[in-house]
Amino acid sequence: MNGVPVEHGLILAALLFTLGLAGLMFRRNMLFVLMSLEVMLNAAALAFIVGATAWGQPEGQAMFLLVITLAAAEAVVGLALMIQLHHRFRRLDLDAASRMQG
Amino acid sequence: MMMDSFTTTLVILSFALPLAGTLILAFSGGALGERGSARVGVASVGLAALATAWLIAGFTGGDGTPRTVHLWTWIRVGDFQPAMSLVLDGLSLTMMAVITGVGFLIHLFAAWYMRGEEGITRFYAYMNLFVFSMLLLVMADNLLLLYLGWEGVGLCSYLLIGYYFQNAANGQAAFKAFLVTRIGDVFLALGLFLLFSELGTLNISEILARAPQTWETGSTTVNLAALLILGGALGKSAQLPLHTWLPDAMAGPTPVSALIHAATMVTAGVYLIARLHGIFTLAPDVLLLVGLIGAVSMLLAAFAALAQTDIKRVLAFSTMSQIGYMFLALGVGAFDVAVFHLVTHAFFKALLFLSAGAVIISCHHEQDIRRLGGLWRTLPVAWGGFLVGGAALVALPLVSAGYYSKDEILWEALAAGEPGLMLAGLLGAALTCLYTVRLILGIFHGPANSDNARHARSGTGLAHNLPLVVLAVLSTAIGAWLYPGLHGGVLPPNPGESVEGGHTMVAIIASATVIAGLALAGWLFHYQRTWLARQVERGMGARLWMLWHNAWGFDALFDRLFVRPWQALVRWLRNDLLDQTMSLSAVAARWLNVRLVRSQTGQLRHYAVIMVLGVTLILLFLALAPALGGGA
Repeated sequence: MNGVPVEHGLILAALLFTLGLAGLMFRRNMLFVLMSLEVMLNAAALAFIVGATAWGQPEGQAMFLLVITLAAAEAVVGLALMIQLHHRFRRLDLDAASRMQG
Repeated sequence: MMMDSFTTTLVILSFALPLAGTLILAFSGGALGERGSARVGVASVGLAALATAWLIAGFTGGDGTPRTVHLWTWIRVGDFQPAMSLVLDGLSLTMMAVITGVGFLIHLFAAWYMRGEEGITRFYAYMNLFVFSMLLLVMADNLLLLYLGWEGVGLCSYLLIGYYFQNAANGQAAFKAFLVTRIGDVFLALGLFLLFSELGTLNISEILARAPQTWETGSTTVNLAALLILGGALGKSAQLPLHTWLPDAMAGPTPVSALIHAATMVTAGVYLIARLHGIFTLAPDVLLLVGLIGAVSMLLAAFAALAQTDIKRVLAFSTMSQIGYMFLALGVGAFDVAVFHLVTHAFFKALLFLSAGAVIISCHHEQDIRRLGGLWRTLPVAWGGFLVGGAALVALPLVSAGYYSKDEILWEALAAGEPGLMLAGLLGAALTCLYTVRLILGIFHGPANSDNARHARSGTGLAHNLPLVVLAVLSTAIGAWLYPGLHGGVLPPNPGESVEGGHTMVAIIASATVIAGLALAGWLFHYQRTWLARQVERGMGARLWMLWHNAWGFDALFDRLFVRPWQALVRWLRNDLLDQTMSLSAVAARWLNVRLVRSQTGQLRHYAVIMVLGVTLILLFLALAPALGGGA
């Protein structure tokens, strides 16, 4: 295959992953934390696709489907938690829920 | 020797029934209730007493040769094959009769005494276990089985002294009894090791047969063996210097004091020495030491009994004193007479303790004789018990059981050529009169000195009256006549049998001593009360009183000599280098813990940052490791 080089795809995936990680580390709003997680999952999925395309293997695409499913499930749980957080504390600041020191 | 299966069954029943009682009570979990527990506890010992009576009837009807019931081989290790086998001879049957007979009466009395107490199931379970262990002790035909019973009775003694465990002082008393007797037990165990290594057997009859062939009279080894066994006997029988536990052991319920600390367990030392008489006759010096220790213990305890204010402590010191008589008899080689006094003492001391129990319960747990008095009208049964038991204790001539055995002891001492021991015995008899009269006058006569004494209510019912009456009958001359004597030459003949004349003389002197002692005691404690009370308040009299009240200060002495140095050693060793090294890891863990706890903030972002840092570090390491490894 002679489209986009593998390196470019992997660099994009790494960039996306780093962006997501930075969001996870530095945002306090839970909505943004969840979005950062999604970005990180997609970065990982992208790396699978790039790899699968480069070596012509179908497993990478299967892994991509798995990651999409995982992301959907994670979003469901995360959003439910977020609604509860808002319900309890009337805001979306994650640090508000630090009472148990855990 | 052939044993018919019926006798075997009886033998097994006699000790299996109390064990069964223990097991039933232990596993009932309190489902039997107070009455049910008492029934099981009393019935098991009662049936064992019936089985024993049957055995004795068969034995005295037969030719009186010792029989052995072999049940099974306990352990089989090379030449060492101790058997679970029981011996039936005059000595063991006599002891069994005392244990089950007196034991049954005391169990019955306890049904009255312990009424309404908490944990009656536990009480009877321990009591039955005690009877079982004690039977094992006296029936064992080898020393290992005997030692099992020996430790079993020690355990039951500990458990029952500490029966009222809510009071910490009782636990202390139990602990003290256990520790002090343990010292004796260690000596006994060493003695057993020595006997086994020298003679190659622990079977008692084989030991007695082999000892004279192996050892010469008075050789070092046999002296050592006899001394070690004597150490065990001293601990169990509360003789000098291992006697300090017995007065404190009165913390237990009174029936326990009657059964364990008067009638049976404390006489186990006497039984042991009588059973192993062959070793002691080979060591005449040690045998004489037995007599001397007995005489000294007897006198010291009698003086101490004079200055006690607690009924039970008076009786405890009197028990020590009477066991001193038994040791004296053993010491002059009159083993048979020692066992005779053991039997009569079991009768009258059990009677005295049970009567004391009747007084204590009737007077709402008042035990101080200074706060009692004038009870003879309100508590006639207990009064009668004290009079008959006291008469036997002082050996009132002709009518009491104690007279016959004590007179024998004095006579044997003289016949064995130990007039000093006989004089000590006479002095002890006079002292016995003094403290017995003081006790009885203090409890039953004079004015009632407290509300508890004024509002005393006599016990009623079969469980209260029957044991007192039966024991009272046994404490009179009838008890001495009923004693069948030992059959079949279990014990060597007494020294008195080879000496002619003089017995009547000793009997007259002993009787005169007792009557003079009683007269002196009556005069002192009845007519000279105020003079006596003034004497003990200050000066020499007060000092003497304190000395005797504290039983010659042995407790304080042992405290200084052993307990405090030991505690100082323990304190000193608590912070030694090894311990400090061991505790280093704990200190390190605590130090890390204090610091790591701070990182637990609850801020999710902090955790994420730390995790990312960690992952980055690991990845860096993995990326660089091949390079570093390759470079090296």
